[in-house]
Amino acid sequence: MGDLKRTPLFDLHVERGGKMVPFAGWEMPVQYPLGVMKEHLHTRAAAGLFDVSHMGQVILRCDPAALETLVPVDVVGLAEGRQRYGVFTNAAGGIMDDLMLANRGDHLFLVVNAAMADQDIAHLRAHLGDAVEVITDRALLALQGPKAEAALARIAPDVAGMRFMDLAVIPSDYGALWVSRSGYTGEDGYEISVGEAQATALAEALLTMEEVEPIGLGARDSLRLEAGLCLYGSDIDTTTTPIEAGLGWAIQKVRRTDRTDFPGAATILDQIENGAPRKRVGLLPEGRAPMRAGTQLFASPDAGDPIGSVTSGAFGPSIERPMSMGYVPTSSAAPGTTLFGDVRGKRLPVTVAPLPFRPATFKR
Amino acid sequence: MKYTEEHEWLDDVDGIVTVGITAHAAEQLGDIVFVELPEVGTEVTKDDEIVVIESVKAASDILAPIDGEIVEINEAIVEEPGKVNDDPEGEAWFFRIKPSEPEQMDDYMDENEYKDFIG
Repeated sequence: MGDLKRTPLFDLHVERGGKMVPFAGWEMPVQYPLGVMKEHLHTRAAAGLFDVSHMGQVILRCDPAALETLVPVDVVGLAEGRQRYGVFTNAAGGIMDDLMLANRGDHLFLVVNAAMADQDIAHLRAHLGDAVEVITDRALLALQGPKAEAALARIAPDVAGMRFMDLAVIPSDYGALWVSRSGYTGEDGYEISVGEAQATALAEALLTMEEVEPIGLGARDSLRLEAGLCLYGSDIDTTTTPIEAGLGWAIQKVRRTDRTDFPGAATILDQIENGAPRKRVGLLPEGRAPMRAGTQLFASPDAGDPIGSVTSGAFGPSIERPMSMGYVPTSSAAPGTTLFGDVRGKRLPVTVAPLPFRPATFKR
Repeated sequence: MKYTEEHEWLDDVDGIVTVGITAHAAEQLGDIVFVELPEVGTEVTKDDEIVVIESVKAASDILAPIDGEIVEINEAIVEEPGKVNDDPEGEAWFFRIKPSEPEQMDDYMDENEYKDFIG
């Protein structure tokens, strides 16, 4: 794994028995000795600590309106100390990446996917020039689960008062923490940007708490899938629009009616008005066999051509059954529709289901 | 007890061979969430893909280690795939096979050879 990058928590992962794998150019823990299933369940029952330092952290010192030229999101109207989910779109309306963006008063703070960070930063620099400052000296931790608040409040009491999608800079024994009440598991929790020199000490302090366990990428994936959240590169990419992906909620009204100058607006606004030809849906296989990414979906057991395919599929430890997401024609996207997935040459029944599979527990 | 390079164990008791996967294999696979077994009465040939296992990570096949007829399968691991992680070399056996070419067993490793094999 010679050319892979390591986060400031690499040694901690190895010491705790993390199974290190290549992921998006980084050497990351896919699981710890607890195992994917128990790590998943622990996060839902107590609190899980994730190293997400491989994600890109970016500061933008520009007029919020300038970022609106790249994302179909209301950045101008985002209040100070608030964060919002968004997507970068291209001229065809496809999704270049998804991201979190926050208003920190005199600047914006962005978190982008690890695999897309280089491309995103080049894209930002091409349009926003010197306004782009890439953060390379801070780790990013996520603490997720119903006991995340109690755990983090022992270190930074002010986090208890934050609401979902609040963001604050909070002084601590580990330096200034950039804390947002958010995450990507469907659980209440926090993402914490911490200086790289203090990151291991902060992680160790959290992990000494009884309710906190380290969680790898394996459980991160099953948690986000149960929560109905998209993985960039699997569920969304440049061939999917935000409307097809069911992310229309991330395009606020003001970007649909007034400030409509964003990449791909013609396609995206048309799909908002007239509907998209296909949709991302939840899929619950009727049997026990998981339907993984790439599984072809058919309208009937003997239909000739597939109508869609699975983009993410796994076993859901909390819902105790396999679950998938995929794209199907809008005419086949109603919950309750029975489709058939080709699993090892057999057409197995699968039911279109509402997302998320498990309701989120955010603290609104 | 015999072991294959595919991390199966074979236990020959009175001419009926019980087959499962080793603890090493179960650990490598991670939490197992789905098992599909062949039907009783199936005639299998060595290296046929006769079992599908899905873990939280991926799907894998288990090959028939020898020629013969499947005479019994362990429905308990279909109902509760997690048993394979809990007791892979005991309660969570996969199937029993009546060999038609028993000498095929001779090619496989004994316990010490398998321990060396997995390092």
